[in-house]
Amino acid sequence: MKEKKEKGLSIGTRRVIAYITLIVITFFCLFWFYVLFINATRSHAELAKGFTPFPSNKLVKNWVGVIHGTLPLVNGLINSAVVATLSGLLGIYFSTMTAYALHAYDFKGRKAIFTYILMIMMIPSQVTALGFYQLVLNMKLENSFIPLIIPSIAAPVTFYYMKQYMESNLPLSLVEAARIDGSGEFNTYNKVVLPLMKPALAVQMIFAFVGSWNNYFIPALILHEDKKKTLPILIAQLRSADFLKFDMGQVYVMIAFSILPVIVVYIFLSRFIVGGVAAGGVKG
Amino acid sequence: MSKKVLAMLMATATVASTFAPMVGAEDAAEGKVLNIYCWNDEFQTRVKDHFPGYTEVDATHGTIGDVDVVWTITPTTDNAYQNNLDEKLLGQADAAADDKIDLFLLEADYALKYVGSDFTMPVADLGITDEDTAQQFQYTKDIVTDANGVLKGLSWQGCPAVLIYRRDIANEVLGSDDPETVQAAVADWDTFLATAAQMKDAGYLMTAGAADTFRVFSNNVTSKWVTDDNKINIDENIMNWVDLSKQMIDNGYTTTAALWGDDWSKGFYEDGNVFCYFGPAWFFDFSMAGDAEGSVGINGGWAVTEGPQPFFWGGTWIAAATGTDNPTLVADIMKTLTCDQEVMTAIAQTKGDFVNNQAAMEALATDESFGDKILGGQNPISMFLAGIGSIDMSYLSNYDQGCNESFQTAMNNYFEGNATLEEAIELFNTSVIEKYPELSPADVPAAE
Amino acid sequence: MKQHKSKVVSYNKWGYIFLAPFAITYIIFSLIPLITTVYNSFFENYRSGLTQIGPNFVGLGNFATLLSNGDLAMYFSNTMIMWVMGFIPQILLSLLLGAWFSDPQLRLKCAGFFKSVIYLPNLIMASAFAMLFFTLFSDTGPINSILISLGIGQFKFMTHVWSVRALVAFMNLLMWFGNTTILLMAGMLGIDTALFEAAQVDGATSTQVFFKITLPLLRPILIYVMITSLVGGLQMFDVPQILTNGSGDPMRSSMTLIMYLNKHLFSKNYGLAGALSVLLFFITGILSLIVFKVTNTKVE
Repeated sequence: MKEKKEKGLSIGTRRVIAYITLIVITFFCLFWFYVLFINATRSHAELAKGFTPFPSNKLVKNWVGVIHGTLPLVNGLINSAVVATLSGLLGIYFSTMTAYALHAYDFKGRKAIFTYILMIMMIPSQVTALGFYQLVLNMKLENSFIPLIIPSIAAPVTFYYMKQYMESNLPLSLVEAARIDGSGEFNTYNKVVLPLMKPALAVQMIFAFVGSWNNYFIPALILHEDKKKTLPILIAQLRSADFLKFDMGQVYVMIAFSILPVIVVYIFLSRFIVGGVAAGGVKG
Repeated sequence: MSKKVLAMLMATATVASTFAPMVGAEDAAEGKVLNIYCWNDEFQTRVKDHFPGYTEVDATHGTIGDVDVVWTITPTTDNAYQNNLDEKLLGQADAAADDKIDLFLLEADYALKYVGSDFTMPVADLGITDEDTAQQFQYTKDIVTDANGVLKGLSWQGCPAVLIYRRDIANEVLGSDDPETVQAAVADWDTFLATAAQMKDAGYLMTAGAADTFRVFSNNVTSKWVTDDNKINIDENIMNWVDLSKQMIDNGYTTTAALWGDDWSKGFYEDGNVFCYFGPAWFFDFSMAGDAEGSVGINGGWAVTEGPQPFFWGGTWIAAATGTDNPTLVADIMKTLTCDQEVMTAIAQTKGDFVNNQAAMEALATDESFGDKILGGQNPISMFLAGIGSIDMSYLSNYDQGCNESFQTAMNNYFEGNATLEEAIELFNTSVIEKYPELSPADVPAAE
Repeated sequence: MKQHKSKVVSYNKWGYIFLAPFAITYIIFSLIPLITTVYNSFFENYRSGLTQIGPNFVGLGNFATLLSNGDLAMYFSNTMIMWVMGFIPQILLSLLLGAWFSDPQLRLKCAGFFKSVIYLPNLIMASAFAMLFFTLFSDTGPINSILISLGIGQFKFMTHVWSVRALVAFMNLLMWFGNTTILLMAGMLGIDTALFEAAQVDGATSTQVFFKITLPLLRPILIYVMITSLVGGLQMFDVPQILTNGSGDPMRSSMTLIMYLNKHLFSKNYGLAGALSVLLFFITGILSLIVFKVTNTKVE
């Protein structure tokens, strides 16, 4: 529309500053992918020589080396995808449901529960890792995805985010209106509340998916059968290969390979977020 | 199909009768699942290629006769391998027969943790005699011998190590690249230091990092890391390493570069400036970029000599788990892969391992065709054999892995000038006691 | 925050129903391990090799051990220093980006691209990321080559207290500012654009719009960002662990609380690790309370 007289800098100047800053930031964000790609194209020996900014021609050789190795790459990919997708979906669905329970209903102990979940959010996950592992052993759930997927139903961080989001974005009048229309509570949650939460769901889905995808510590304790292993374990295994097979070029190819799917998922989900304010929002 | 199976069974039977004469009627009573715990597929490849009768099903399954072999491979990163193994061993007594661990692999740094426990079986109980292991190098047996002198594991590898030097630098600075001339310049640590000064004057580093020499010193100690009354003890020779390293770093003869890091491995290449590395056969054959363009090794630019003191680096040991339901098969595997000279020679020839068999290696030592390309045709085996007999690994303790790591980490602070020697030793004490709470701290030497 | 009038009692049993999956899962997979953890903090309980020591009841002995030397305070201050070094630039950058992306006057081209790009570093595994940093900042690495060719000379990044801390903070900043920005932007989606247009019509500058409209409406999300970043900061582990190879050197000046906790996992020291966890829990709780107080929010 019309350009207004600003007290501060002119729009033009601000735009230039913004673009320059964004370009610098973009460089810092993408540079690592560039380095990864370069390294993935270099042989083990070339890598040992030190970093160079130019790609080599060993990408295919490294890749062939990885797929001809004994690592069940395809299984790893599928396992990672299954674990990350399911734990992400279950996490956002049920943790949002929990947030909704505390947001929309006034039941006894509500405040105490909220405070309690906030408190447990502050307990570092490493703290209970040993206890968790013993529990898994006692439940005979080794080599099973259950201990990697089911616990994400109770994701305090997701819960807290959803609760905060609902506070500014989910007027209870909408819920009331749905009730008047005769919608059951469960139906209201699925059909009215969830669609309104789309950006928040996408955000938390990305976080949960990426977190699970890159998780090494707990899966490495639980999954030992080769066909059950997730990609980070396979990468670690590639890195502890014996001297005859140790090849950093293959490690980098593997890292690059395991990042690709997350990028795809991210780009898919980011549409929900990136639509942004300019698009007018998705406010009901 | 059935013919194949029959042939295989017969082959297995033959093998069994050849290598394990005690296999008899009780064989039938043994378990149908053999569980093997390891951290990579190195041993698996040895079994696959050299144990008669092993048939691969997939990456973690195979069969030997009618026994299913299940490989549980857990990476070593973040101690995951030991964490998993420990839980399994502690639950071994209650596990179903087919779930019990039968065989597992160990590295030297933590071997005694398992060997000193009741979770490993004496090899004598498996029917493997002293005579069977007579050709194995003594130090490989020291490492898996418990406090009572009972041998509880075996290895197919020997990893005696030598000093690996650059021929061109030796020619330039020492006047000759002949192993004898170079040996004279590195015969003990005083001459080593003097040679380092010469290297520095010529613009070279003596070693890539202080960590290079650590194993040489730690393999030649005369006391354990921990005394009998649970006190941490820093051996005199370890302190010698500190003195030498501090001098070398302060004088610019070496750096604090960590093993395997970029800074460290630069010296593998022509444009690097490192005179020597320390390592066993696997190290220079497979880790020094011998097939890479621009590397010293591709033109045969390295040579080896014994160095100041003998030591070893690496190796994998096989141990039988107490409670195994397949003792005969376990014994058979251990015996075939570590005692049989023919198999050992085959492993040496096809895998490049320095195998744990004196006779096999002595035969290869005189074999002209065994010259090493990366060493410009030098046959290094005699160098290895020269020192291997004098490696004494009887001063091991359960705490070696933790102490060796903590010590080097703590000392780096001293080398880099971020701490005094006393502060660094205090940090070492703190770090070790975090790992082993039952220990009491080592005495901190008074400031000089 | 009282909305009693809109909540009819008969519906409220649904609150329990909706809460159930979370509660059941939590009790099984988190509470049981947690109770074990707290319980263990009162016992001497660790493994020496394969030998189990304890559990022997020692009362508050583990707490006394932890608090008796000054190390814990040092690890706490290391953690907070590195967190603040990363968090302040991170929140400023995220707010700035959020403001730019939401500024209707600025109308940035390729905003979608920039918005997507900022989160990408988080997709790389921390271990891989640290590996790359290691290579780049090593003593003979490319950054040092550049410094030498500029005549500045070699700088050993890993041997100086503040360069290691700065690298950790920088990596955390890179990995997490996109995350924060996305959270803020998702919050901004909830803001009615009509508000911005109205402000524009009223002649508000973009600075005014940002401070008078965007920020107050973002408050719940901002508090969320602060709390989770604080919690995340106190849990800082991967980056300094891998960058310093677990040592936290020089002289443990970059060792965080969780790295210290991790040291006790080596000996399965349930006793000390449990006590440390309990202390950590109190520290986090107190700090979070301060944030709630400062931002003037009631914990419901």
